[in-house]
Amino acid sequence: MRVFIQNFMKYRFLLMELVKKGIKLKYRRSYLGILWTLIEPLLTTIVLTVIFGNLLNRGNSSYPVYILSGRLLYSFFSSGTTAAMKSIRANAGMIKKVYVPKYMYPLSTVIYNYAIFLISLIILILVSLFLGVFPTYKVLVCVLPLIIVGIMTIGVGMILSTLNVFFRDLEYLWGVATMLIMYSSAIFYHVEDVVKGDAAKEFIFNLNPLYCCITVFRNGIFGDTIHWGLLLYAFLFSVVSFIIGVALFIKKQDKFILYI
Amino acid sequence: MAKPVLKVDHVSMKFNLSTEKVDNLKEYFIKSLKGQISYNEYWALKDVSFKLQQGDRLGILGTNGAGKSTLLKVIAGVLKPTEGSIVTRGKIVPLLELGAGFDKQYTGAENIYLYGAVLGYTKEFIDEKYDEIVEFSELGEFIDVPIKNYSSGMKARLGFSIATVVEPEILILDEVLAVGDAAFRKKSEAKLQGMFDKGVTVLFVSHSVKQVRRICNKAIILDHGEVKRFGDIDAVADEYVSIIRGGKPTKRMKMRERIRQNVEKELRETIEKETEERLRVTIRKELEQEIRKEIMAEYVNENK
Repeated sequence: MRVFIQNFMKYRFLLMELVKKGIKLKYRRSYLGILWTLIEPLLTTIVLTVIFGNLLNRGNSSYPVYILSGRLLYSFFSSGTTAAMKSIRANAGMIKKVYVPKYMYPLSTVIYNYAIFLISLIILILVSLFLGVFPTYKVLVCVLPLIIVGIMTIGVGMILSTLNVFFRDLEYLWGVATMLIMYSSAIFYHVEDVVKGDAAKEFIFNLNPLYCCITVFRNGIFGDTIHWGLLLYAFLFSVVSFIIGVALFIKKQDKFILYI
Repeated sequence: MAKPVLKVDHVSMKFNLSTEKVDNLKEYFIKSLKGQISYNEYWALKDVSFKLQQGDRLGILGTNGAGKSTLLKVIAGVLKPTEGSIVTRGKIVPLLELGAGFDKQYTGAENIYLYGAVLGYTKEFIDEKYDEIVEFSELGEFIDVPIKNYSSGMKARLGFSIATVVEPEILILDEVLAVGDAAFRKKSEAKLQGMFDKGVTVLFVSHSVKQVRRICNKAIILDHGEVKRFGDIDAVADEYVSIIRGGKPTKRMKMRERIRQNVEKELRETIEKETEERLRVTIRKELEQEIRKEIMAEYVNENK
């Protein structure tokens, strides 16, 4: 453990550099640069509002806030895990030539996606205020799902990055899986409309930890009753996935080089 | 004796060469159900052991596939040995494929920090050495251009400049660096020579025995992952040359043998002389005492 911390301290500058690189390169050579972290979710929210707002007759004015809050969390989770999954293969050239702690790659990938995600929350604040959704004291609770979703993304990202070294199919499978997660996370519809009082259906929704995070996040934003049970479940899920991810990664990392 | 800078202790490295490459789930499941996943074990290194002291410059010789690069990778920490252990003291700088850690979209300046971080430098250290790196690489204003627009020579120059800005304890060289044009090559060789003079420990892989002789003071011959010979450069290099010539002794080896015989003869003569001299001294002492006693006895008898 002490060796691990020493090693981490030695390479923390590398972690910083990799995070910086991720953020810098994401928007390099685009005219609006980092502004895209704000514009892109805004535009997709407008599209979703126009389509589903009319389709589902959810015409109330806070509907864009509802979409945006769900979409931001989901897109962080999906882009974070997908990028982490590919990070070992993407850095194969470096891993084969120089020794660096390998967990730096998935970890830095998730961190830079998290940084971009946090920046994009600005647009959520702006849209909320613009549409008259004002924060109550409950907005403080929002911090918890944000932390949990971060831990969960690292954990799942570690698992995926390890498995993807040995089975490349995972990239395609995970593409499908993230789509499934998106549709089951109630991003642009209200769960009540689907569940309609059916406890079994509600249970299925509650199995999705990302849905739990999104729900509690929205509870905080709209000042509703907080679903602490869902939050606890998401927290446990994130911790377990984190432990499994780290353990799996450490166990298999010496074999990476033989496969990449 | 000083503690070794590098200790390679009974290192073995096994690769599983699967007969058919399985890297997707479907195949894996089908094959493992059928019990068809078979591996050919391949030992790239077998029980390799040696020690290097500070300032030793080891040439690693061997034919293609003898395990030279694997050995370097194990020492650099990129590969973890299946058995055995590596103990190193101090900083290792691998000059293998310069610029492997570069990001194409990053500019030269940004890559200095990135690659520096990969090599484990701190930010303060790079800040301090930044100008030196840029100056040595001779990139000038190109330093702010993305690497993807660099020529391969420019990339190698930058990589070399970043990697050699530290003073490592152990330097790993794979083939001699043909970096850039003649002028830069001269400059980089001078820099390496400066490191050699300061007593850096070097691991050098090359197919050119001439270069190994020029640079190294020790050598190791690897053959199918095994150490065939480890020792001082001259004898090992000669043996290697004879191996690649199919076991025929080389002129140098014949010469060495002749010189050896001469030296042996001389040495035998000298030692013989020396021993005789020593013997004479000791025997003389003994004889003196004996004779002294006899003479004394004669006196005693006379006085009875």
